[in-house]
Amino acid sequence: MGNTQILKRIIATDCGSTTTKSILIEYMGGEYRQTVRGEAPTTVEKPLNDVTKGVINAVTELEELARIKYQDDSIKFTKDGEIWLSGKEGEGVDAYVSTSSAGGGLQMMVTGVVAKMTGESAERAALGAGAIVMDLIASNDKRPNHEKIERIRHLRPDMILMAGGVDGGTTKHVAEMAELVGAADPKPRLGSSYKLPVIYAGNDKARDIIKDTLADKTDLIITENLRPTLERENLGPARDKIHDLFMEHVMAQAPGYNKLMSWTKGPIDGKLENIPIMPTPAAVGNIMQTIAKVNNIEVLGVDIGGATTDVFSVFTEDKVFNRTVSANLGMSYSISNVLATAGIENILRWVPFDIDRAGLRNMIKNKMIRPTTIPQQLEELVLEQAIAKEALRYAFIQHKEFAVSLKGGQRQREISEAFSQSTSGDTIVNMMTLNLLVGSGGVLSHAPRRHQSVMMMIDAFLPEGITRLAVDSIFMMPQLGVLAEISEQAATEVFEKDCLIYLGSCVAPVGKMKPGKLSLSARIELPNGEVFEEDIPFGEMRLLPCGVGETAKATLKPARGLDIGAGNGTEIVTELHGGVVGIVLDTRGRQPFVMPVEAAERVPLLKKWMKVLNAYPAEILS
Amino acid sequence: MAQAYSPGLTVTDNIVLRKERILPLKGKVLVKKGDKVKADDLVAETLLPGKVVPFNLANKLGVDSKFMKDYIKIQEGDVLEKGTVLAETKGFLGMFKSTIKSPIAGEVESISNLTGQLLLREPKIPVSVKAFIDGVIVDVIENEGVVIENKSAYVQGIFGIGGETNGDIKVIASSPSESIDPKKIDQTCEGKVIVCGAIASLAVIKKAQQMKVAGIITGGIDDQDLKDLLGYDIGVAITGHEEIGLTIVVTEGFGEINMAQKTYELLKHFEGKKASIHGFTQIRAGVMRPEIIIPLPFDEKELKVEEPKMSELLIGTNIRVIRQPNFGKIGKVTALPEQLTKVESETLVRILEAELEDGQKVILPRANVEVIEN
Repeated sequence: MGNTQILKRIIATDCGSTTTKSILIEYMGGEYRQTVRGEAPTTVEKPLNDVTKGVINAVTELEELARIKYQDDSIKFTKDGEIWLSGKEGEGVDAYVSTSSAGGGLQMMVTGVVAKMTGESAERAALGAGAIVMDLIASNDKRPNHEKIERIRHLRPDMILMAGGVDGGTTKHVAEMAELVGAADPKPRLGSSYKLPVIYAGNDKARDIIKDTLADKTDLIITENLRPTLERENLGPARDKIHDLFMEHVMAQAPGYNKLMSWTKGPIDGKLENIPIMPTPAAVGNIMQTIAKVNNIEVLGVDIGGATTDVFSVFTEDKVFNRTVSANLGMSYSISNVLATAGIENILRWVPFDIDRAGLRNMIKNKMIRPTTIPQQLEELVLEQAIAKEALRYAFIQHKEFAVSLKGGQRQREISEAFSQSTSGDTIVNMMTLNLLVGSGGVLSHAPRRHQSVMMMIDAFLPEGITRLAVDSIFMMPQLGVLAEISEQAATEVFEKDCLIYLGSCVAPVGKMKPGKLSLSARIELPNGEVFEEDIPFGEMRLLPCGVGETAKATLKPARGLDIGAGNGTEIVTELHGGVVGIVLDTRGRQPFVMPVEAAERVPLLKKWMKVLNAYPAEILS
Repeated sequence: MAQAYSPGLTVTDNIVLRKERILPLKGKVLVKKGDKVKADDLVAETLLPGKVVPFNLANKLGVDSKFMKDYIKIQEGDVLEKGTVLAETKGFLGMFKSTIKSPIAGEVESISNLTGQLLLREPKIPVSVKAFIDGVIVDVIENEGVVIENKSAYVQGIFGIGGETNGDIKVIASSPSESIDPKKIDQTCEGKVIVCGAIASLAVIKKAQQMKVAGIITGGIDDQDLKDLLGYDIGVAITGHEEIGLTIVVTEGFGEINMAQKTYELLKHFEGKKASIHGFTQIRAGVMRPEIIIPLPFDEKELKVEEPKMSELLIGTNIRVIRQPNFGKIGKVTALPEQLTKVESETLVRILEAELEDGQKVILPRANVEVIEN
């Protein structure tokens, strides 16, 4: 949606499951800038049971901070307990937009005929729309039908997306799936006063059968097939329907949302119009795709929240977008599940000191039950960051498994593909061709030292070759994603100037060799005039100064058996981008990256790497 | 003032409590407005639909689904016994007939001539809802359930396991800091809600199970003990459905943590009185915390539920520290500086200054305290 009208002041909020974050965007000196931010606990829970209370608290903080910043006590963003859209210049704000993932976000169940084909496409559509997929039920998923029915009945999703069959194909399996859904007679998660929305986006020939089976029992919406042929996905129409239903049904049931929905407004073509609340991840997806397209790059983004970790990627020349949600990997509500998934050993391998295991278990559980607390002690910070690395690592594994080329289709292969043995169903995530890795979420965006964010992102994602690293400074990608709905100019300007903080670049040769053997010969002309020149042994890290907006000319030659993007042992001459941290040279190996199992061997290495990266104060690394 | 801190858990000796008791599906409400109920009284009941058993009749018959109608002997809605004939082939000259029988008792939900699938439904399952607390019915939600009110002493726990139960309170710990010996739990604890001090160890919980204790209230619990008790690690905090023979309500957190003095004294004060407790904990999406409800005698005129309000953090407010260091300690706010401050972990946060009960003056992130209601 375009909008050329200048909006002097815009407030955007993101109602997360833990915190409601607010930002103020102002038009000043001919450009949009994000100027003040605030936050407050989300209040969808008892006793307040009304999301708008948290919104008002977060906006009140914004108001207080704006008053301090501009030393102007007359600044006022709220009036009569609401956000104040006065319509007059200099009074209140001109627009208010919001995203939401509170109340558990959008929870969906999807069905397909073949799990790896239409099932996966349906899952991609739901995830792309910002949902958490509670389960994928497919005709061939090996569970007996009665179990599928029980599962559908017990899940109580917010809505169901049904796919299955290519257009004009056989209708039998889709019909059978509809019968199972009908038999389960599923009820929506929130409220029993409305029928469960079911979106049918499968074989067009089966539409009448679906209507006969489900129209009475559910709120059935029929849209275009999301997999019209095996070779093509058409996810847009299904995603749009999901968004419509999210607003009409799901949000309308959550406490206080009806009120909030009436607040989100902005001028469109001169008239104050309602701006729909967007699911947070859908808004982040919008922004990620825009960056990839505008700059013609491959991007990988991660948002590690309290309850879930979302991974977004845009890979290949066709800029294929994928999003995954690791529903139970997060830093507060789900922190305990990181322990259960990764195991205590995998967490402790990132910790450079001894810790009592029982104490660590209790600390993790206490964070789970009091999710809004923050680490005050340095040791607790190190532990939380160790847990974050494992949460990110597992979320990324799940993403790689999901972000694959379409399965089941016949496609013409080019000779280069035949040599690389890529087949349908392979992951399209390629860390070597990745250009930009963006981290967001409290643990990455609010790390006391940016060096810690670099360390967590490198250790968890193991970027290969040359990769730029950035963090979303205060995780405003969701707000910018929804802001783009009323002002693309405001969203893109703020994104470029205030949202991303470039941390620097990581150079990491792929391959393995014995520690101490020469792995990378580097000659780097730094912006300060110095020339860094070293034959770096395997198993080391280096951090070189190169600031934001600066570049360094680099000649990088990996040893035989190692590759930094141009092939085995092949030299690259390139420009490396700097950032607030600088350029990291990481010769610890990739595919595999191996850490010693024995603590006596591992801890000194960890301390050495952490010191080089300046990740923590010296006293904890001595 | 922005509310960058956790609202405290409620601990009070007198609150008007309102509880909705709702059926999972519409059904019949068994009581009427104004009725006085006891915790174990049934207030509503319904029949849950039975399990659906899909049965591919066309496959069993070995015919294409469109010919199934030639053999079928039943109709949608028919009541079935186990063994009722569903379909029969004609055979050859009356011989070699094959008969397909129902694998379950129940009814025929649907017959699909397209897929050849029958959906058979098992008999309905009765489900009832108890009052859970002694009180008076103040509202009946037609066909769904009731709202019960009473006056209670009330404690919100931080974490729990096990479902709804009730029993008389028996205080085992001699102080809120005691780590009790399992030997203290004997036959006299049967059916009781016992109060431990700073921790309920695995040995204590096992002994309580043996002695048929109804519930345990404890300051802390060790996570490894919990894992050993349940046989699995709790991943996300959605609990209350464990079947371990008793209910555990943790008031402070994981590890050995003294029970808050106020909580301990309240429970001690009501020793011998009946308490309704549950361990339902859900920390995300519609938060639920375990509860300890001790009904008090009341006059119906007194039943006026107060509007929930968020307590404010001001100078002089009593707070409890909810993260290390000083986890569990009580203090009083002495200053609320506006600017962001760097704490030991180098995190920049909004802080408060407080004086702890032992006289220690500390700086705490506002996010790491909860307000104690006066």
